[in-house]
Amino acid sequence: MEQTWEPKILAFLCNWCSYAGADLAGTSRIQYSPNIRVIRVPCSGRINPLFILKALQNGIDGVLVSGCHPGDCHYLTGNYIGRRKSSTLKRFLEYLGLEEGRVQFSWVSAAEGGKFSQVVDEVTRDIKKLGPPKHFVKHVRSS
Amino acid sequence: MVQKKLREKAKELLSKKEVDLIIGFGEGTQPLRATPIFIRTPEEADRLVWNSFCENNLAAYLHKFNRFKVGIVVKGCDARSVTALALEKRFKPDQVVLIGVPCERMIDRKKVKKAVKGEILKVREEGDKIIVLGEGVEVVLKRDDFLYPLCKACTHRNPVQETLLVGDRVEEAALTEPNPEAKEFEKKSPEERWAFFEKESSRCIRCYACREACPMCYCTECFVDSSNPKWMEKSLSPSDLQFYHIVRAYHQTGRCTNCGACERACPMDIRLTYLTQKLNQEVDELFQFETGVDPKALPPLSTYKTDDRQEFIK
Repeated sequence: MEQTWEPKILAFLCNWCSYAGADLAGTSRIQYSPNIRVIRVPCSGRINPLFILKALQNGIDGVLVSGCHPGDCHYLTGNYIGRRKSSTLKRFLEYLGLEEGRVQFSWVSAAEGGKFSQVVDEVTRDIKKLGPPKHFVKHVRSS
Repeated sequence: MVQKKLREKAKELLSKKEVDLIIGFGEGTQPLRATPIFIRTPEEADRLVWNSFCENNLAAYLHKFNRFKVGIVVKGCDARSVTALALEKRFKPDQVVLIGVPCERMIDRKKVKKAVKGEILKVREEGDKIIVLGEGVEVVLKRDDFLYPLCKACTHRNPVQETLLVGDRVEEAALTEPNPEAKEFEKKSPEERWAFFEKESSRCIRCYACREACPMCYCTECFVDSSNPKWMEKSLSPSDLQFYHIVRAYHQTGRCTNCGACERACPMDIRLTYLTQKLNQEVDELFQFETGVDPKALPPLSTYKTDDRQEFIK
């Protein structure tokens, strides 16, 4: 049976907006790419860059981090701090040579079920084009 | 002479008991080296030296002595590290007395060693020349040819704070690019960049000399030692070596002063400053921040602006 490679993408979704937005996409029965694995976090500002790096080291094909729109953070300022961390990390990883588009970021509100499905489709398309990660993955030899 | 004024200042501070101890540089046990020394009496002040081999960032020692009133000999880069540490509340504001030294830029000792055959017995500095005495040979080198590349690009040769300046201010380099290695590196293709990074980090033996030399690395539990959560392993697999270098550099975002102590401490001659320079370039471009220049500016990752750049966010 022929199967094309399907990427596995980790999606860190903030509990109050993006996770609720994803849930709305689900209850609205919107069809979108099934390639994401969701991790619910309280806020996009909770994301430690080490989460993303550890995931990449373990072989994840892509990472999506999504939070509340600026000004709408449940904790008022968490997404602003998260935005600064995200911008510095993204630029640094691309500087090192890790492919652009492997780690992506979005703002999705609790009412944006449609936008969430679009974002996931876009990210999946981008990762499919990039292919499996060539760098940084830890290969453990089984003896 | 700076060294004479430095010793006088140290004697004065210690006799008047304005500080409990002074962290400075002393004569190294080998040629081309100076060693950090810690003096507590005015008589010991004559042990202090100042030359082009005083390459350590002494701010790394402040963490050990934060219960005492400390005088510390600082170059321009070191002074900025002290400001950054004060911002992170590593010591009370009146606990540290900066003994600022105008820096004529440090000499790359590894480059000097490569330029002279055989064992080096003694090194002398005379103006713009370095006179190296080897086994039956005396070599005269031009100082300007043997400076650390990072020192050549330095934009803060005088300590930014004027607490105490021992000697006359040196001329700052006019309009140089503060992060030249990052600018050069960006010209390569992504594949070339990863290949370079992989090759450099492959030599790493995880000795953590870079971490110990850095004044900003003071966490009681470093991320490499954390077992719960276990971020990474201590193995020498290529992926773990890359992980260590990526994260150590990233943890310096908004904190690194381009002092170069990490690269100089590395026993495997791994290039490190091109990583932190990129992050310094980013915080400058994105947040208009430079470490240690403004003692009141908050660390960039601890604060925000509502209109921060977000063109990369969907």
